[in-house]
Amino acid sequence: MQLLMPDLRPVMPEIVMTVLALLILLAELVIKRKETIAFLSIVSVAVVTYFLVGSAGTTFNGMFLADGYSMFFKLIFMLNVILTVLISVKYIAIEKVNFGEYYALILFSTLGMMIMASAGDLIVLYLGLELMALSTYILAGFIRYDVKSNEAAIKYFLLGAFASAFLLYGTSMIYGLTGTTDIKAISAYITQNGLSGNPVLMLSMILFAVAFSFKIAAVPFHMWAPDAYEGAPTSITAFMSVGPKAAGFAVLGRVFLIAFGSVRMEWSVILIPIAILTMGVGNIVALSQTNIKRMLAYSSIAHAGYALLGIIAGTGDGLASVLNYMLIYAFMNIGAFAVVIMLRSEGFKGDSISDFEGLSKTHPLASALMLVFMFSLTGIPPTAGFMGKFYVFMSAINAGYTWVVIIAVIFSAISAYFYLRVVMYMYMKESKETVQLSATPALGLALTITVIAVLAIGIIPSAVINFARSAVAGF
Amino acid sequence: MEQVIMNKLGFPILSTLIFLPVAGAVLLLLIGRSRENLIKWFSLALSIASFLLSIPLFTNFDKSTHLMQFVERHSWIPSWNITYYLGLDGISILFVLLSTLITILCVLISWNSIKTKTKEFYISIFIMEGAMIGVFCSLDFFLFYIFWEAMLIPMYLLIGVWGGPNRVYAAVKFFLYTLIGSVLMLVGIIYLYFEAGSTFNILELATKAYPYKMQFWLFWAFFAAFAVKVPMFPVHTWLPDAHTEAPTAGSVILAAVLIKMGAYGFLRFSLPLFPEASKAMTPAMLTLSVIAIIYGAVICLAQTDLKRLIAYSSVSHMGFVTLGIFALNSQGMEGGILQMINHGVVTGALFLSVGIIYDRTHTRQIADYGGVASVMPVYASMFMVFTLASIGLPATNGFIGEFLIILGGFKASQLAGVLAATGIIIGAGYMLWLYQRVFFMETNQKVAGLNDVDAREIITLLPMIILVFWIGVYPDAFLGFMHESVRHLLERVNTGSVHEITTAQNIIGIIK
Repeated sequence: MQLLMPDLRPVMPEIVMTVLALLILLAELVIKRKETIAFLSIVSVAVVTYFLVGSAGTTFNGMFLADGYSMFFKLIFMLNVILTVLISVKYIAIEKVNFGEYYALILFSTLGMMIMASAGDLIVLYLGLELMALSTYILAGFIRYDVKSNEAAIKYFLLGAFASAFLLYGTSMIYGLTGTTDIKAISAYITQNGLSGNPVLMLSMILFAVAFSFKIAAVPFHMWAPDAYEGAPTSITAFMSVGPKAAGFAVLGRVFLIAFGSVRMEWSVILIPIAILTMGVGNIVALSQTNIKRMLAYSSIAHAGYALLGIIAGTGDGLASVLNYMLIYAFMNIGAFAVVIMLRSEGFKGDSISDFEGLSKTHPLASALMLVFMFSLTGIPPTAGFMGKFYVFMSAINAGYTWVVIIAVIFSAISAYFYLRVVMYMYMKESKETVQLSATPALGLALTITVIAVLAIGIIPSAVINFARSAVAGF
Repeated sequence: MEQVIMNKLGFPILSTLIFLPVAGAVLLLLIGRSRENLIKWFSLALSIASFLLSIPLFTNFDKSTHLMQFVERHSWIPSWNITYYLGLDGISILFVLLSTLITILCVLISWNSIKTKTKEFYISIFIMEGAMIGVFCSLDFFLFYIFWEAMLIPMYLLIGVWGGPNRVYAAVKFFLYTLIGSVLMLVGIIYLYFEAGSTFNILELATKAYPYKMQFWLFWAFFAAFAVKVPMFPVHTWLPDAHTEAPTAGSVILAAVLIKMGAYGFLRFSLPLFPEASKAMTPAMLTLSVIAIIYGAVICLAQTDLKRLIAYSSVSHMGFVTLGIFALNSQGMEGGILQMINHGVVTGALFLSVGIIYDRTHTRQIADYGGVASVMPVYASMFMVFTLASIGLPATNGFIGEFLIILGGFKASQLAGVLAATGIIIGAGYMLWLYQRVFFMETNQKVAGLNDVDAREIITLLPMIILVFWIGVYPDAFLGFMHESVRHLLERVNTGSVHEITTAQNIIGIIK
């Protein structure tokens, strides 16, 4: 028997990422200046991005797919790391948790996401998911002396473990039914044997839907999100509201559109109520929040609901719209968190919405940026948020789900209320106390990138749309 | 490719008109916050510059055609077949001119009354101006929607930041009402896009025939957006709050331009895209219009707040506009369009006037006034002109518009015509009573010793007075713009059903 060396080129970015993340973990022992480590982690991401280009291909017998689809998601993950690191540098020093492991864990978590996006096999998917989740659990509880942070980590961990169990249960059922864990082979088996309507298949689809709903924080599996988002360090909240969510959508798209692609009508019955509930609960509960991180947590839940519409559409355009949405969401959400982080300073928490009172008077620039992000999250043109929603709604209507879109736009209009409330506090109220901003060049860079992206994509969205379309072309 | 007349002016005039104010707003950002005088003078210069730029539209417009003119077209988002497509016809051109004129007056009227965040105020005004002109020029539905929605941001800020005591409530109410209407239209737009074969091109969309059932649903989806903006009864409740709480400039923009967009939407989209549904919905629309006319007028009688009274009179006047439009004959429609301009001029001027006196007294309560005519005689006479124009006295613009509308209304439904005419009578009642309470009677202590209008304020009101008489005496200068476009639009609306009737007759003939 001859052992063939597998083609490592497609998996090269992941290998490089592993090595670099380990190196950064070691570097922490030698390098005392944590800013250097932050810088090194951005360099690592740049190196990985370099390897991403030209890594297209399939390896390990189809278990690992480096296609356009995974590439797009990996670019979102890279962006997520860069922006998160930029907004973290000063923040974790203020929180007194300035440790090098922080950056290494972010990289490991991202590695997990990359594996998820490329998974061609349910086992690989599980592997990536666990790596991502475990790293994020630790990050959520990174402020060890803070009870809330601990609570966030424990809640996230316990419920995450449940979700993993659901995923494994679903996988085992699918394996029992089809005899394979390969996503393409599952699809082929289902079509060949006409398994449509099979109760075991239905049950496993439900289990998958539950597990992934947990990852993207979709209702009714969202309970962990507000507490985890509120308690976790703000930079990590930004990180996990984008990365794990995008990764969740990556596997959701892959599993439901490929493996279960032929029984779309059956799983849309599961996903449509989830999407409607997610938009409903996310937007309505957000109305009554007083903590900005909690509000953004519910907003993040709601946005998962909108993006789900693209999956439900089940078309190539639908999938492209999800990709587009995740990218835009990364920019506007991290942008908003960057402003929130600026408010945190020594001895001032700055995470209550009322802390934004009168901000426009003392800090007009920061307020103007927040205004752009809030309008973008609402989906008002000419911001990127509108383009994201528009594409998703368009693909859903094209697939015949006009009534779901009507519900979605109404919830989207309701969401204006709580996003605008932040604007209202900043511009229409007088400040009670002067808020000190902890602005740094790194934060400024992150804000510049995000605000330019939000406005540019809002005005000339063509490039991003075409990119998303070409990414799903070979799907 | 549909027939249009490309822009021949040598420079993209419509794009310039849209983006000059926006570029100016960006420049304003760079001016230091403390240099208030520079900010104001720059704003004034900018607003005058855009007005002057809009003059060539007026002089170069070809009145003998219904085709779109000054057209600019560029590819924008090819993957969705979206183009950057601008053009004007006889229906939209006057609104562009009105927008640029109103902006100057808004800058002038805010000169001394806006004391906080001056820079942001003028930035909002100019972004608003760009978006307003964009709405009237867009020939691509997607582009239209972008401008339509983008307008909400500056308007929300104008009301919420510089408004009266209850401004936050009014701003949020305005935003949510408009947004909910708009997003329903958005669903309609996307649905239409796919049904019509992936196009957002308004001119192309308006040449196709759609099944009646689809027309019916889309008509109501669009109605949600336009009726809120107009505002038609029963979705008018945001308007009194927004008008009342907004700063003077905000009220003027709202009254003069913003609420015209709803009626403009009916003309530009609902009628040509869904002619059969529009015809079928005429009774409902006429009923709602008449309710708005009478209800708005009666409510006015009970108001104690100056701005609120004028706001409710807007509901009544806009009822005339929608009545004229849905009379679906040339008199009604031309009257409707002219009345939109008239209402912009007169109500805009009334809000400007109220702003002038509010700056002095800081009260909007009618009871706090009385005898102003003896204290401020020049102001009182100017206000009189606008009062009479609002009532619709002959020789003022209000007469021409309302006369045409009632003429058209009679042709469409005698009952509607009669009821609308009673609205005019009540209108005379509340406006004259208002004038009496504010300007005549004993001089109230609170207004004693006020200075009369100064030069800046006279300059602000003068263009409006000129327009009141110009339109009132020689309306053809303005009606002439719209004849061809209105004729073409009515042809589109009426042939659709004519076609149906003839087929029905054919079928009967075959059976016989």
